[in-house]
Amino acid sequence: MKPAKFDYERATDVAHAIGLLKGSGGFTKILAGGQSLGPMMNLRLAQPDLLVDIGRIEALKRIEKTHDSLFIGALVRHAMIEDGKAPDTTRGYLRSIAGNIAYRAVRNRGTVGGSVVHADPSGDWPTAMLAAGASARITSANGARSVGLDAFFTGAYSTVVGEDEVLEGLSVPAFSDHARWGYYKICRKPGEFADSIGAVVIDPARSYARVVLGATDGAPILLPALASRVAAGQAVSIADAGAAIDAVHSGFDPFDRQIHATALSRAITKALAA
Amino acid sequence: MKQVTMTVNGRSVTQLVEPRTSLADFVREQLRFTGTHLGCEHGVCGACTVLIDGEPQRSCITYAVSCDSAQVTTIEGFDDDALMADMRTAFHENHALQCGYCTPGMLVTARDIVRRLPDADEKRVRLELSGNLCRCTGYVGIVRAILSVLAKRKAA
Repeated sequence: MKPAKFDYERATDVAHAIGLLKGSGGFTKILAGGQSLGPMMNLRLAQPDLLVDIGRIEALKRIEKTHDSLFIGALVRHAMIEDGKAPDTTRGYLRSIAGNIAYRAVRNRGTVGGSVVHADPSGDWPTAMLAAGASARITSANGARSVGLDAFFTGAYSTVVGEDEVLEGLSVPAFSDHARWGYYKICRKPGEFADSIGAVVIDPARSYARVVLGATDGAPILLPALASRVAAGQAVSIADAGAAIDAVHSGFDPFDRQIHATALSRAITKALAA
Repeated sequence: MKQVTMTVNGRSVTQLVEPRTSLADFVREQLRFTGTHLGCEHGVCGACTVLIDGEPQRSCITYAVSCDSAQVTTIEGFDDDALMADMRTAFHENHALQCGYCTPGMLVTARDIVRRLPDADEKRVRLELSGNLCRCTGYVGIVRAILSVLAKRKAA
């Protein structure tokens, strides 16, 4: 229950972090809040040779509201959003999700960017941010690029962020005043890893509707057929959700399929009732 | 080894640490503040919860080297804290501990619940306690202790 030996460097800014990532010969991981990496290293599921600590880079802690979006720096901690320290541009969506991640002691140190780039299928932010239509800002030595989260996750614990790149933050489109959302997480105990997550955002003013299934065996799954139904205000039963899941993923066993269909149907019911 | 300087229980300390030394092992083994307990060592049980810069955090999945310049408060650092004094008394009166292993983390979390959520009801207290495991008490006494401090503060 102790991590294997590793070296540690603290980056002073993003360029320094990228330099440290490029210069390392072995397996290097970025350390932000460490609330997922720490347990994995203690369990020796991860044994990096070098940790590059970006935790002190002030530029990655910024929260910025523009006329149509909210930029959340990669190092913004879950508790900051839970406590309303970011402007509410999503009708309470981000705040509600932040407040139900793991436990308060974890939310005080864990970061939004770390959660997204860690891409744990059971994590809240990958599924929630994908449903909200967020995009990731990624920086490398060659400059910055923006990637929609629908093209960001490549599998469980896997994203398009390269080994010498840093996630700077996420840009979340502002919800209109009539936007509705639903989020339903199935956990055996509060704070545990989710067995399934359903996330729904409907915003007719922007002609926007997304339904996402998370906590699967891979990347969060978009369900456009269900999104169209929800956009039209149609209820979705557990059986309907199950059929929609079958159309995009055939690999779930009956138990998982039922859990996922239930989470989706409940999230949709919440969104339609909102 | 890396040099780290931080304030622990109000005293500045500068020491050499292995990067892989957790904050929990650092305060226990190098500073001898053994009140911080290690249970699961992967962030689930809450026994190792301490304050870092005033907020409860897990010292088992936080590396000491990453706490350079931080203010750390372990269970030994609350002697002059009125809220913690009330909480200790309430734990005693409500039989909120038996073996005591979870208690340092429980107290840090309990104090934070009262500080942050003055209107918390029993359901909310139980939800907030979900990150601290106790295998003796069944939580009844712990919840009662926290509710009694909440009620006392409201009445004051």
